[in-house]
Formats: sequence, C-alpha cells, structure tokens
Amino acid sequence: MTINSTEKGKILTANRLRDGEVVFLTHSGLWSENIDGAVLATEPQAQAALEARGKDDERANLVTGVYSFDAERREGHVFASHIKERIRSLGPTVRADLGKQAEGRGGHFAALQGV
Amino acid sequence: MYRYDEFDRQFVTERVAQFRDQASRRLSGALTEDEFRPLRLMNGLYLQLHAYMLRIAVPYGTLSSRQLNTLAFIAEKWDRGYGHFTTRQNIQFNWIKLEDTADILSKLAEVEMHAIQTSGNCIRNVTTDQWAGAAADEIADPRPVGELVRQWSSLHPEFSYLPRKFKIAVTGAPNDRAAVKVHDIGLRLHLNDKGERGWEVLVGGGLGRTPVIGVTVRDFLPEHELIAYLEAIMRVYNLYGRRDNKYKARIKILVHELGADKFRAEVEAEYARRPHADTKVEERELQRISAYFAPPKFEKLPRWSATFEEARARNKEFAAWVKTNVAAHRIDGYAIANVSLKPEGGIPGDATADQMRVVADLAQRYAFDEIRVSHHQNLVLPHVRRDDLFAIWKVLNANGLAASNIGLAGDIIACPGLDYCSLATARSIPIAQSISRRFADLNRQHEIGPLRINISGCINACGHHHVGHIGILGLDKKGEEYYQITLGGSSSESASIGTILGPGFAGEDVPDAIEKIVNTYLAHRQPGEEFLAAYRRLGAQPFKEALYAAA
Ligand code: HEM
Ligand code: SF4
Repeated sequence: MTINSTEKGKILTANRLRDGEVVFLTHSGLWSENIDGAVLATEPQAQAALEARGKDDERANLVTGVYSFDAERREGHVFASHIKERIRSLGPTVRADLGKQAEGRGGHFAALQGV
Repeated sequence: MYRYDEFDRQFVTERVAQFRDQASRRLSGALTEDEFRPLRLMNGLYLQLHAYMLRIAVPYGTLSSRQLNTLAFIAEKWDRGYGHFTTRQNIQFNWIKLEDTADILSKLAEVEMHAIQTSGNCIRNVTTDQWAGAAADEIADPRPVGELVRQWSSLHPEFSYLPRKFKIAVTGAPNDRAAVKVHDIGLRLHLNDKGERGWEVLVGGGLGRTPVIGVTVRDFLPEHELIAYLEAIMRVYNLYGRRDNKYKARIKILVHELGADKFRAEVEAEYARRPHADTKVEERELQRISAYFAPPKFEKLPRWSATFEEARARNKEFAAWVKTNVAAHRIDGYAIANVSLKPEGGIPGDATADQMRVVADLAQRYAFDEIRVSHHQNLVLPHVRRDDLFAIWKVLNANGLAASNIGLAGDIIACPGLDYCSLATARSIPIAQSISRRFADLNRQHEIGPLRINISGCINACGHHHVGHIGILGLDKKGEEYYQITLGGSSSESASIGTILGPGFAGEDVPDAIEKIVNTYLAHRQPGEEFLAAYRRLGAQPFKEALYAAA
C-alpha cells in the first residue's frame, strides 16, 4: 500500500466499568474490545466529539477512565503510537498466553517481544 | 500462629458487606467514579492497565496453608490462575472484575484476610522480616510489636487522612531483612547491657522519586513507650507535613526540610505533652498479642541430621539449593527453607495457583502450617526439620520451585512495570527475564556471590531500584523505553542509596551492561569481598570506565 493510506489521529479509550476490560470507541458509538474497531478522529472537531461521547458514557456508567491517544490506521488496521497503548490493546508482553492477544481480540500487529 | 482477634473478624465482615453495597451502587450508577474511587482504594482495588487489580495484605508476610490455598482458589476462579507477590509482602491479582470483587473479599474474610490498609493515605500494613520468629540471629520476634502498631493505627481517625501514605517496618534482628531504613518509620530492636529490650526509631526513610535513608530519632526507646512515641511522631507529621504538593507530602520531606535535629526536638516536645505517661494498657496489650504469635511446638532435635547430610553429599543439586536457600534456624535441628519465585527467565514474584497449593501442602506437612512472603518476592517455609529438607526440596524441584538462587544474581526484584501498571514508564519484567537468562549458569552465580539486582518501571520505585546493589530504573525517552543504572544501593543495616552511573541504555543493551559491571567487580575484588563491599571500596570510576569507555 502507499503512504497515502495512512491516517493519523486520535482514538478514545477507557476501561469497561463492570470488569475493567480495555475498550475503544467505535463508529457506531459502541465500545469495542478490539482496537481495530476503533474510530480514528483525524480532525480536532471530531476528536472533541469523541471526548464528549466518552464523558457521556462515563456518566452513563458504562466505562471509566476515558482518555484519548495518538494512533494511525494503516491498511484498515489501527496502530497505537505509544508502547503503553500497544500493550493495553494486546496484553502483557511477558504473557502472550493472556489478554486480548490470546483471545483473538488483539491489535493487528505483532506483540512486543521480551528484550 | 498469627490470627485475627474477634474485633478484626467482625470488622472485616462488616467491611465486606459495605463494599458489596458500594460496588453494586457503583454498577447501578448511584455512585460516580469520583465518589467510588476512594472507597475501592480503601479496599485495595485499583484500576490498572488491563483490568482492575486487587492488592491483598499478607500481614507480616505470614500465611497459613488454608490462606494460601484460598489465594490459589481466587487465582483460579476470579483471575487467570496466578498471582504476583510484591515487595510490600502483599499479593496482587491483575485481572479482577469489579462485579466479582465483593465475592473475592468475602472469600478472603473466611480465612481472616482482607485488602484493608493496602492503599490510601493511612498507615499501611506493617511489614517485617520474613524470617521473624525463626532466624538464628533474631533478638525477638518483631511481629507482636508490628501487630500492636497495626491495631493501634487501623482506622485510627487521627491517622486516616495523613498528608500521604505511611509505611512502617519492624525488625527484631541485627541483620536487617525488612529494609527498615527506607520506610517512613523503621523500628530496630536492640538489647542493652542489662538485657532489656529497646527500639531504635528511624524516621523519614523512603524510596520513590526522592530516596532517603531514615534518621535515628531515638537510639533505645523502652518497648512500653513505643505507641505513645509513635503517636508523637504522627502528630508532628500531621501538623507540619505538606499537603500542598503530593510529591513533597511524605514525612521524609518534612524531616529534610526541618532538619533532623529540629524534627527530633518537635517530636520530643510533642511526646512530653502526652496526656498520660502510664503505659500499662500497652504492656498488657503487647502480652495479649504476643500469645497470637506463640512459636510452634518445636521438638527437641539433635543439631546434626544424618538424613540431611547424606542427601547433601549424594545430590549436588540439592546441595546447591541448601547453600543458598536454606538459612539457620534459632532451634537446633530446624532450618528456614526459602522458596525462590525466580526461576531462570521467569517473572519475579509470580506464582501459579498450582504452585501456591504445592507450597501450602508442604507447609502443612512439614512446616507447622506456616508460610511467609518476603519483600524479595519469594516464599519461605520458616520452620522445617533439617531431616525433612530433602523431601521438601524434591517436591519443590518437581514443581519448578527449586531455583537455587536466593540472594544471588538471579534473585531479581522487579515491579510489574509497563506490562501491568498504568503508572509505568517502561517495562521491568522483560529486563529481569533477560538478566536472569544471561546469568543462568548457577556456578557462575555462586562465583559472583551475593548480588541484589532491583528493577522498577518508573520513578515510584516499587521495585526498590534505589537500594539494589545494581538498580535499574525504566524510563520513557520520546516514547522509547530506556534504562538508567545505579550502583551501590543497599536496604540492609548499612543502607545506602545507589548512584547513577551515567546515560541510560536501551532495553536490549541492559544485560550486556550488567555483565560488564559484574566482570569489573570480579576483576577488582579482593578475596572474599562481596559486590557491595567492592563497590564501596572502589567507587564508581572503574564501573563507569567499563560501561562507557569509547567503544
Ligand atoms: C501496580 C500498581 C501500583 C501502583 C499504582 C503503585 C503506586 C505507587 C506510587 C504512586 C508510589 C510512590 C509513592 C510516593 O513516593 O509517595 C509507590 C511506591 C512504592 N510502591 Fe507501589 N504501586 C504499584 C505496585 C506496587 C508493587 C507491585 C509493589 C511491590 C513490588 C509496590 C511497592 C511499592 C514500594 C516498595 C514503594 C516505594 C516505597 C515508598 O513508599 O517510598 N507497589 N507505588
Ligand atoms: S515502580 Fe512504577 S511501574 Fe513499577 S509498579 Fe510502581 S508505579 Fe508501577
């Protein structure tokens, strides 16, 4: 694919209130456990809308600890810019048998290896 | 064996019921997160990277087999089959659901366990020597005093809203295994010429972003004055401790800002003002509490065990384990068996539910039903017959629990770091694993001798990196993990804070760096000189040269 297919923007994330599961806000306004389902807001206006939506869902007691982070969409898959978000979207790098990465809900990128 | 008293039982049960109600009100939306957060933290429930995290107190690191089996049960039923033992003698579960938490707490309450005082700006669970009541060098078991402090401080209204969290550690032995000099208050037991007991009171130690060694405010405080004196310290702290800035709120900053002499004078003035000088209540309480820590019924055994000596002569692996993992007991014929949770390439402090059950079973069969958790993230069978050591080792060995590395390069302390912790700036576990693999050769570890490598994933220093002989701190440089190395730290009776050697390293370069440091030590050491002693004699220079010499 070409460089042009890369979009940069922000993703809204949170933990689901009842079980703490890491979730990402999707286009439809629901929360997905898989980062690939996340809506990527490229414009400041869209980002503000995401944040507002997140605050609403916090008030509605669906999620907690809402914030946004930098990410890119490449070839239909979402890549978090920072290692912390990559770990959140996969699971611990030292236990590939646990978390989203082990349950087919991980991000579409290789897990980080031990050093 | 330590147990709760009736008040605690009732209190813990009530607390679980309260939490059940609070959690269901949170789930229904009746409580907001801002309202609920302090309530869940008071019950040890954090929100972490992948889920909620539950931190459960192990008072004085002491567990019965029933309690450890319950932790195993929780690990399997409500978590992912394992738990993480921490440097605070606690256990943490990393995959907890809010909707399950009340059930977990209620399961814990059945075995007199809870998560109270593991969080918040209160006096946290008191920690102590993991060999308490067993060690050959011990003057007296420090746990009754720890328990007295706990009973006095738990939910004490005056100390529930301190400027910041407050950690107390107690040791009853001259060799400090409880790191008392890096706690807000550290207590060390001494005997005077007349054989009377007195406590050295150290204040203002701590790690985190401002590491400090505590200062001694009293050399020898008669035991019965302890609570009144601690109260005076807490009052001075409550009065003058800073509340404007959370990074300056620990008592260490107050001691530093006032100066040790002024601080001491303030405490003494407060102490002189105490309403009543009578300490009969404390004396009576201490006696009552001591009964809860009554030693097990040791048999009269010969010092020398033929079974043991024979096994040691026959089995090299067992002999190696004995050398590092078995410590001298104060009673003839008994020993302390340390169970390393640091297998080669493993995750420091992690134990599976099966492993917990294996250790619980061994404790029941061979160790008067007692298990301890050490702040080095290992487990201990504190009272075993030397005759039984070989049988114990065989079971440990069959279950991946016989790493013979206590106190050696492989016995690494590491906090959860960025793999689990939302405050982390870098991962710490993979660094521990790569170093552990690099030093996998046990002969080499023995050749190197005592070495403490401690790793934290951020400046909060939960992995005690400041007091590691070699300390490693994970940081974030423009989104990349990198690691700062310090040398010369120690949490023993001659405690010191490590010195930063120079620029940091990328994660993959850390094992090489550690190896260079170790080789420099080996090249320069005098016969019998341990790493820390060699560093103190040589200073940082040769190590800097080895690490940063133009490649
Ligand atoms: C994963 C959740 C954890 C969180 C959110 C957390 C948070 C913190 C924070 C904020 C500090 C700095 C406090 C200060 O300087 O005022 C700290 C210090 C500390 N924590 Fe943790 N920590 C966590 C896990 C652990 C673990 C796993 C251990 C044990 C391995 C631990 C043991 C300690 C110790 C020993 C200190 C430094 C001693 C001191 O208070 O000065 N913590 N922690
Ligand atoms: S040192 Fe930092 S990364 Fe490690 S457990 Fe503590 S807060 Fe988390």
